[in-house]
Amino acid sequence: MSLFYFVALLSIFFALMVIFAKNPVHSVLYLIITFFTFTIHYILLNAQFLAVVNFIVYMGAILVLFLHVLMYMNLNNEGSEMKSMLMKVSGLIAGMCLLVTLVGSMKTLAVSDPVNLQDADLGLVKNLGKVLFSEFLLPFEVSSILLLSAMVGAVLLAKKEPKSI
Amino acid sequence: MLYLPDISNRMEVQSTPVNYLPIIFQILVALGFAVGTMVVTHMIGPKRRTAEKLTPFESGIEVIGNARQPFSIKYFLVAILFVLFDVEVIFMYPWAVNFRELGLDGMIQMFIFMGTLLLGFIYIIKKKALDWE
Repeated sequence: MSLFYFVALLSIFFALMVIFAKNPVHSVLYLIITFFTFTIHYILLNAQFLAVVNFIVYMGAILVLFLHVLMYMNLNNEGSEMKSMLMKVSGLIAGMCLLVTLVGSMKTLAVSDPVNLQDADLGLVKNLGKVLFSEFLLPFEVSSILLLSAMVGAVLLAKKEPKSI
Repeated sequence: MLYLPDISNRMEVQSTPVNYLPIIFQILVALGFAVGTMVVTHMIGPKRRTAEKLTPFESGIEVIGNARQPFSIKYFLVAILFVLFDVEVIFMYPWAVNFRELGLDGMIQMFIFMGTLLLGFIYIIKKKALDWE
């Protein structure tokens, strides 16, 4: 239990560092450490498949893509985009929306009974596969359409159309 | 070969968070070695800083321009397509573990999933998205 509190503290600390880091590249690196602490949380919950997927896909692939995206922006004159008035106003509106959501969810806050897992091995790959291919078959198949649309979207955005005559 | 199922059963029972302790030790040792060597070499090595020494090492060639330049979007396309197919392969893992129990039904379900993504792959090939112009 004390291990959980230690890792939770680390997660919150690095999540705050993501926000407070001035350099966007440092911010992404802190995000990688935050995701690593999430991996430890998954292992503590015995959700081993999720832990490994989180480690490989999120830490390994998606955050590298984040860094990639940062490199498309101009890193030489940092902070110049943030000065426009529109950015400030939209940031204020988004922050206020988050605040309203947080306050609204705080109002319905209540202490629930602790969750007792019937089966401690619930998060192992074998059990996950059984559930995925019976109960959650439709979301699984729909996720393939999601991946397909992501593929088409990426190609459409990044590929230059050949000039038609 | 005969007692192979027995081993897999035992491993399944033993799979608890505590089993990840050796991995954490390994990470600690690996990180500790990397960070430790870097810190120690910085501390015990002599420091003679000249303008020549502080330039990035480019195999003896003079440094040209700035490293922080935006680069081509083609790299990003390859990277994001890699991630999408990576996710597909990860979905195959829980299926492969339960391959025998799921039988023909599981195979058809998985093939529908893979067929949809194969359509995407055909689209990519037809659009010549992976061609390097």
